[in-house]
Amino acid sequence: MFAYYLELAFRGLNRNRVLTALMVLAVALGIGACMTTLTVLHVLSGDPLPGRSGSLYYPQLDPRDMDAYTPGVEPPGQLSWIDGMYLLRAKRAKRQALMTGGMVPLQPEQASIDPYHSEARYTTADFFPMFGVPLQYGTAWGDAEDQSKARVVVISAELNNKLFGGKNSVGKTLRLQATDFRIIGVMGDWRPNPHFYDLYMGSYADYEEVYVPLSTARDLHMDHDGSTDCWGNGNTGGQDNLEKAPCTWLQFWVELDDPSSVAAYRSFLQHYSEDQRTAGRFERPVNIRLRNVREWLEFKQVVPSDARLQAWLALGFLVVCLINTVGLMLAKFMRRAAELGVRRALGASRRALFGQLLMESGVIGLVGGLLGLVLALVGLWAVRQQPSDYAKLAHMDAAMLLLTFIVSVVASTLAGVLPAWRACRVAPALQLKAQ
Amino acid sequence: MEIRPILASLRKHRIPTLLIVLQIALACAVLCNAVFMIGKRVSDMHLPNAMDEAGTVVVNVQGTDEKLVAADIPRNLAALRGIAGAQAVSVVHTMPLSRNNWGWSFGLTPDAPVSDPNNLNVTLYFAGENADKAMGLQLRQGRFFNAEEYADSKVDGGAVPSTHVMVVTETLAKKLWPGQSALGKTVYSKPYYFTVIGIVADVLRPYTFALDHDRSYYDIFLPVAPDAVLHEYILRGAPADRERIAREAVAKLQQLNPQAVVKGQTYQSIRDQYFANSQSMVWILVLVCLVMLAVTAFGIVGLTSFWVSQRRRQIGIRRAVGATRGDILRYFRTENFLLSSAGVLIGMVLAFGINLYLMQHYELERMPWYYLPGGALTLWLIGQLAVLGPATRAASVPPVIATQST
Repeated sequence: MFAYYLELAFRGLNRNRVLTALMVLAVALGIGACMTTLTVLHVLSGDPLPGRSGSLYYPQLDPRDMDAYTPGVEPPGQLSWIDGMYLLRAKRAKRQALMTGGMVPLQPEQASIDPYHSEARYTTADFFPMFGVPLQYGTAWGDAEDQSKARVVVISAELNNKLFGGKNSVGKTLRLQATDFRIIGVMGDWRPNPHFYDLYMGSYADYEEVYVPLSTARDLHMDHDGSTDCWGNGNTGGQDNLEKAPCTWLQFWVELDDPSSVAAYRSFLQHYSEDQRTAGRFERPVNIRLRNVREWLEFKQVVPSDARLQAWLALGFLVVCLINTVGLMLAKFMRRAAELGVRRALGASRRALFGQLLMESGVIGLVGGLLGLVLALVGLWAVRQQPSDYAKLAHMDAAMLLLTFIVSVVASTLAGVLPAWRACRVAPALQLKAQ
Repeated sequence: MEIRPILASLRKHRIPTLLIVLQIALACAVLCNAVFMIGKRVSDMHLPNAMDEAGTVVVNVQGTDEKLVAADIPRNLAALRGIAGAQAVSVVHTMPLSRNNWGWSFGLTPDAPVSDPNNLNVTLYFAGENADKAMGLQLRQGRFFNAEEYADSKVDGGAVPSTHVMVVTETLAKKLWPGQSALGKTVYSKPYYFTVIGIVADVLRPYTFALDHDRSYYDIFLPVAPDAVLHEYILRGAPADRERIAREAVAKLQQLNPQAVVKGQTYQSIRDQYFANSQSMVWILVLVCLVMLAVTAFGIVGLTSFWVSQRRRQIGIRRAVGATRGDILRYFRTENFLLSSAGVLIGMVLAFGINLYLMQHYELERMPWYYLPGGALTLWLIGQLAVLGPATRAASVPPVIATQST
């Protein structure tokens, strides 16, 4: 029966081609616009580290003075050196890493490549196991290298391709800011999106090429980029004085695997804040936050509002297209009132006619969806040509592909319900009489 | 034209009537908001910026030895001055619309600390000697810095230069000292203070503020002697020469600083990059609007055609009893006008509601009232255009149809 209905539906499409083409086009345009924007939104609001992000937390403290204090205000989004180092050394979480970023002059040995500024991450040993960073060659560094301010570097796969043609470069030397570093590890493909661990460098920032121990970076006065928020007298000694200055400029992530360890860590932060307050270093009442990756991304509203606005707009557009389709379908079905009347008179049940008409609208949805998919792929291609930092991420994945078809078929079948219902209610006798 | 028979006929076709009205209403609501967003972005993109945008070239030099800047910067500037067509040359630390902001907060009382909530956050532009000429700033009152003021002002890794003089923009002067002359007035941020010696026409900050255009002009210029923070070399020449000047400046600076990373571009490209997202958003919005109006028009064409074909007999009877072609044409146009009117009325209310929602959730202002009648008029016109084809076909139905039994 399904096959028969399907055949009828395709024959139905062939009738009144202009109306059919208009309907298919309307569905295709609506679906195309909608899926383009929804795919962009889907990519942008994706989970940066599936499977891991649920147990990664971002502690925040409020070490500022009482100037401009209002109760309940959001604590700074980063930590100061003193607090960061304390929390790092306390090792109260399963793993923890303190980090910041900057631009480092990279002076390649290859004469063919001009020196340039490379994006760098200064961090501590747990960064790699905690974030599950894959390494294709060598290893990451450990606590010993952090302690000894070792001149070691882990490089990204991209940089390894650029400088060493993708071969194993472990043990080779990389010159950063006129200092020789030994390459100890080469990362595999790793690009969590958004760039959740440091949103201050841009939510969908280019990925770092070099990873250096934080202690080494500070020892060599490597440039610090990103946000630095100061209070009191601020930082009067420049970048080299950031360790002592009343400024927050470091990101700190911890791994906490179960609710009890989250609760324990929260109370640890609470106690630390209270102790600091008693000691007079913190002036404000205890004010801490401990968000996981998803909560942090939501709080920071990383998904650009433009992307969300566009999705709303496209949704509105899809609704206009669907209403349009409902109208056209009604016209199309009602034109066949005479035929339907004859069939009813010959004994076709109302339910059978309804099913056949619905099938026809579903087929319109399918064809429209196919065309819409092509339009969405063109749309995504156009998005990728845009200069915004997230543009190049706009690719369709299997989930969105499936969703495109489901949305398109469901939407146009729904659009068919009203016209089909109307068309089935024709009184057979009246139609026959008119003949 | 009598509209009662039209209404009676529409009442008989409730569902198609409702569909057309709904479609026009939605199209009107989306159109008003989309056009409003387009207008907003276009006006952001055309924010005036009182510097020589067309003739300025910016070359970024990073990774030089900080201890040698005092000698390096004058040497680099001297070399840049030798480039043919370079009328003025200077060095600064950031440029308008570059997204690289050095902000600081100031108050108007001598004991205001930097974190005072009443302070005003402004952008600091560190100007090397001749920066006013190299950027093409337009002095409105007072003067720009003299050689001594440049020489005396050091940053040395601190947050704020050691000078005590500044030049402000007109908008900032008006904001801080409304109705008074700003010259000679002082801003404070304990222990720093700066006194106004000159006022320039409005120059944009490294970031603009969509909701408050005035805020996009809160910036002050401070003189700075050669210092490690200054790494944007700027050159000004004729707009026709800018590409060549940029190339030659990069080559010269790279040759003088072989270890450094040197990157040059025209100021125009900095501006273009800043507004690139807005630009693409505008195109997307325009495209969606056009396609949506087309879809709406075709929907009206489709439904009206259906109506016409359903009523061929009635039209024939009307023609047979004396209605002219014009009467039939007018009938369908009036019908469409009534439907459009109902649609745009609902649409305007809907547009207003959507705008309220967007205001709450996104950085958007209230839509000025004239967008609503504007959108309504557009949909009226489109409805009339769309109905023209089917209505003409209806008018050409011959009266003889009435005598045929279908």
